[in-house]
Amino acid sequence: MGIQISLNREYQRREVLVAGHVVPKAGRCVQCGICSFNCPIGIDVRRHVWLGEHIESSQCLTCGECIKRCPRGVLSFERTELFKKGD
Amino acid sequence: MNHYVIVGSGVTGVTALHTLRTMDPSAEIWMVGDDPHGFYSRPGIAYYLNGEIPENQLPIFSKKDWKMLNVRYVKGVATRLDLQKHLLEIDSSGALKYDRLLIATGSTAVPLTIPGAGLKGVVKLDDFEDTRHILSLARHANSAVVVGGGIIAVELVEGLITRGLKVHYFLRGDRYWPNVLDEKESRLIEHRLVEHGVILHHQTEAAEVLGKYGKVVGVRTTTGETIRCQLVAVGIGVKPRMELAKGAGLATERGILTDETLQTSNPDIFAAGDVSQVHDPQSGKSIIDTLWHPALDKGKVAAINMTGKRTTYNRKVATNVLRLAGVLTTIIGAVGGGVDDDLVSVARGSSETWHELPNTISLECNGDVNHVRLMIGEKTLVGALVMGDQKLSEPIQEIISLKVDITPIRNQLKPGSPLGQIIMDFWSEIKPRGKVREEKFIAYPRKQGTMAVD
Repeated sequence: MGIQISLNREYQRREVLVAGHVVPKAGRCVQCGICSFNCPIGIDVRRHVWLGEHIESSQCLTCGECIKRCPRGVLSFERTELFKKGD
Repeated sequence: MNHYVIVGSGVTGVTALHTLRTMDPSAEIWMVGDDPHGFYSRPGIAYYLNGEIPENQLPIFSKKDWKMLNVRYVKGVATRLDLQKHLLEIDSSGALKYDRLLIATGSTAVPLTIPGAGLKGVVKLDDFEDTRHILSLARHANSAVVVGGGIIAVELVEGLITRGLKVHYFLRGDRYWPNVLDEKESRLIEHRLVEHGVILHHQTEAAEVLGKYGKVVGVRTTTGETIRCQLVAVGIGVKPRMELAKGAGLATERGILTDETLQTSNPDIFAAGDVSQVHDPQSGKSIIDTLWHPALDKGKVAAINMTGKRTTYNRKVATNVLRLAGVLTTIIGAVGGGVDDDLVSVARGSSETWHELPNTISLECNGDVNHVRLMIGEKTLVGALVMGDQKLSEPIQEIISLKVDITPIRNQLKPGSPLGQIIMDFWSEIKPRGKVREEKFIAYPRKQGTMAVD
C-alpha cells in the first residue's frame, strides 16, 4: 500500500515535470537571489534569469518555491508541451 | 590597444565591462570601485535587512566570472580626473591612464540635516555595509523612527519590524508617497503597515535627534513631542555622486549631463546609471532614473559608444516592480504628479517620469486584493499601476511601451467596466505575432583571461 502511494506520488511528480517548467521575465529581475536561496535542491535560479534561460534543469522538482518567493513576480510556470495527451 | 577605465562596480559598470570585453577582447580594462563588496544586488539589500536572504546571497558574480571578464580591479576612490593628460587619480593607488572613461558612480542617500543627525544610530539603507550596520545596531535596540518616503523608507520600516523593533514611521504630509500613489493606494499601504504593527505619524516631522553619550535616545518632533528610540532610519531620497565630474568641470545639473549616446561634455568621458542625467530627444528633457534596468541598458550603450561605434540610448517606459508592505506593485510610466514632502530628491528605485503626468483620465478597477489604475491619454495609455495580481501588468506594460493606439477600446474604459477582461482581449488581438522573446541580461564572454585585484 505504502509503496503504491509513493509510486503514485512519483508518477504525479514526473507528470508535472514534463508538463511545465519555470520561466523567467528577466526584465523584472534585480538579481536579489531569493529564488536560488529557496530552491530546495540548490539550483542557481538567479543565474538562469541573468542568462535569460528557462529553468529546464532535470533536477528541478517544479515545486514552485522560487515562483512563490520571488518578491517581483519574475518567475512563472510555462507548459512544456512535450507530451500532449493523446500523443 | 585601447585603455578603458570604468569608475563604479555596480550593475552599470559591470554591464559596461562585459560589453567592452565582448566588443574589444584585447583591450585593457580597469574597474575602480569604492564599495568593499564589489558587485552585488543593490535592490537585494532590503531582503537581507528583512532576513529573507543571508548576506552571502548578495554577490552576483563568482571569482570565475570575474576571471572570464579579464578586468583589472582597483579597490579605491577615484579622486580626480585630468582631462588634458587623460589620467584618473585614485586615492592611494596612483593614477590610471585612459583612452575612454565611464563614470558609473551611482547615487548616494541624502543625509538628514537636523540637529543630532550625526549621532550613532542615525542610519541609511544605501549599500551592503549600511545593511550590516543597521543589523548590528538593531540587535541592541527596541524601537526606531523612520523618516522619508518612496521605496527605501518602507523597506526600512519592513526590515526593522521584521527584526522585532517597535517602528514609528513619520510622514510629513497626510499620506504615503503622494506623488506616485493615489489616496486609495496610499491608504492601502498604510493600512498594511499598521496591520504589521507600524505606528504611523501623519503630518509629523523630526526636528531633532536626541542623544546621550553620542548615541540616539529619541527624536523630538516639530510639534514638541518626544519619541524614545535607539535608531533613526532615513530614506529621504538619493543624489547622484558627481564629485568626480564636477571636479573635472564636466557639465552637470541634477546629474552628469549626457547626450543620448551617454557622452558627457568631454568626448572621452561617458556617464551612465543613476549618476547620469540623460537627454531624451523625444521629450527634449534630461531625465534621471534610479532603476536597475535602465542602469543596465545605459551601461551597455555607453560601452558601445566608448569603443567608437555609435548607438543611442532609447528610453523605455520607466517601470519598476516593488513589494510595498507585502503588496506586489508594478508602476509603469506616468502615474502621479506634484511633490512628496517626505523626499528631498528622487527616491531610489524610481524615475522622474513617474511624476510627470500629462492630461489624462484616471480609471481604477478593484478586486478584493487587486487594484489596477490606468492613466488614459488621448489615444494611448500613458501610465498604470497594478497592485496584487500581476496578470495585467505585462500586457499593460507592452501597450504603454509600444504606444498602442487604444481608440478601439477607449470608450469601453469607464468606471464599472470589466477592465481586466477588456485589456486582455485587446492585447490578445493586437500583440505581436509569436512569443515575444524575453531579453536576457548579458551572456558571458567565452574567452578566458585573468583578473588582477590590486
